[in-house]
Amino acid sequence: MTGLALIAPALAIVVAFFIIPLGISFALAFRAKDGVFTLAHFEKSFELYTTDLVFTLEIVLLSSALIAIVAVAIAGYLTLGENPRAVSVLRWLYRWPLFIPFVVTGQVMRTFLAKNGMLNHVLIGSGLIEPISAQSMLDWRGIVIAFVWKQAPFVTLLVAGAMASLDRQHIEAARNLGAPRWRVLWDIVLPQVRGTVLVGVVLSFVTMLSVLSVPLMINPNSPTLITVDVAYRINTHADYAVANALCLLSLLVAAGGAAFYLRHAVKGAEAAS
Amino acid sequence: MTAATAPLRAPARWPRTLLIAALLALLAFAIFGPLANLLLWAFAEKWYFPSKLPSEFGFAFWRRVFNPRGDALASLGTSIWIAVLTVIVSLAVAIPAGYALARLKLPFRGAILLLFLLPQAVPNMPIYVNIARVFYEIGLNGTVIGVVLVHAAHGLVLAVWIASAAFAAVDASLDEAARNLGASPWTCFRTVTLPLAAPGLMASAIFVFLESLDEFTGTYFVGVPDVTTLPLLMFNASQGGNYQIASITALLLLVPSIGFMLIVERFLKADVLAMVGR
Repeated sequence: MTGLALIAPALAIVVAFFIIPLGISFALAFRAKDGVFTLAHFEKSFELYTTDLVFTLEIVLLSSALIAIVAVAIAGYLTLGENPRAVSVLRWLYRWPLFIPFVVTGQVMRTFLAKNGMLNHVLIGSGLIEPISAQSMLDWRGIVIAFVWKQAPFVTLLVAGAMASLDRQHIEAARNLGAPRWRVLWDIVLPQVRGTVLVGVVLSFVTMLSVLSVPLMINPNSPTLITVDVAYRINTHADYAVANALCLLSLLVAAGGAAFYLRHAVKGAEAAS
Repeated sequence: MTAATAPLRAPARWPRTLLIAALLALLAFAIFGPLANLLLWAFAEKWYFPSKLPSEFGFAFWRRVFNPRGDALASLGTSIWIAVLTVIVSLAVAIPAGYALARLKLPFRGAILLLFLLPQAVPNMPIYVNIARVFYEIGLNGTVIGVVLVHAAHGLVLAVWIASAAFAAVDASLDEAARNLGASPWTCFRTVTLPLAAPGLMASAIFVFLESLDEFTGTYFVGVPDVTTLPLLMFNASQGGNYQIASITALLLLVPSIGFMLIVERFLKADVLAMVGR
């Protein structure tokens, strides 16, 4: 009984400021003006925003895949690297964007990736591209770069932690038998940390689905992310019905991510047993 | 076998080291390039297309940002005030909840843990949008309390998880020893458990503080029109095309973030991390 009393205040805040608003969201998305059940708001959402829904899904999936690759590559080198100086430089280097807010990431990338940004100047200066072919990357590429730059360190931190706690015997044995390091990473290390990689990537997937500042700053025009459309429906039309329908659709995508995680987590557990 | 491979490896070493160095340099550019670009903008007095570097450097925009009557200092004050209140509200409810989750017998413990996971695992747009609508009707929109409540609902979830892990990492037999020596439950908690869990609780306080300081979307919907935190000020300056002001504000936001990145391991020890979610 004491336990429940101690938890009650925290629980009350979560219910009041999370569960109830979520319930309101469902109610508004499915309710017509006269209070009866309707799917009209979803029909309107698809009519107006199918392009953006697909665009959002593509961006977030592509970013998640890139984040997984970058995180596994960096964490793998931190675990298996044989040059101690390179390992310590990498360890110091990779985590800088870890706690940088999304809104700052948006501003940073907005200047870096612009036509007159540092990226183009460096590419031109090093002779990799002609000045005439310099182009602004502030479109879907900008969003993906911003997401990967911000989220990959977070997943790397989790994955590197999991890899560090692995039993090194198998790794040493495989190395002694002459297996190249990428084989050791792929065949021995990765299967043991796939749960952690999945958790990190799915958490990033959900986080990216609800970021408003980055798409607003880098690529506010259509096609853009669904969060921008939600803000537009509310700020310009006070249209809470369609806004909530769009919110629920992105919730559905997030649930898809969670289901993907659960299926693979179960599979992994079965394979392990 | 070692004798056979050793002479083969030695000459192959230099190109390999060079390759590693080149890859690290590339990564360093990918990470610091964008930040360097931000620094250039923060000190640029004049920068016209298509020159590579600003034509004049200076502190004119810094004087504007730090003007005592300017918006930036007021926003900084608002941001810190909101973050402090959020930490107080979050920890006040998260410490008892974390203790109960770690130490006491609870009915529906799994369901409660899941409930405390949801706000971090669900896209937050529907939450902010509908809270803003309700707050608008009861007059909480555009107030500091409204923003604090939104930040706290999100922050306390993190705080509960870390606090629960921190309490779980404290050896329970120390409590029993204190109780056996005649200490009341409250004295035991205050003098034994709480001090031992303090570093983990400190970490959760810093997490909540940073999350509140950096929060954008919730404040964007609930804070309008009267509460302008630093992230909102930065966003408005950037959307208005004033990259200097935006970059200087962004630098202000970076200081606590990077500072925390450098010290996080001092507070969040491996034994606490291992207990998260148990």
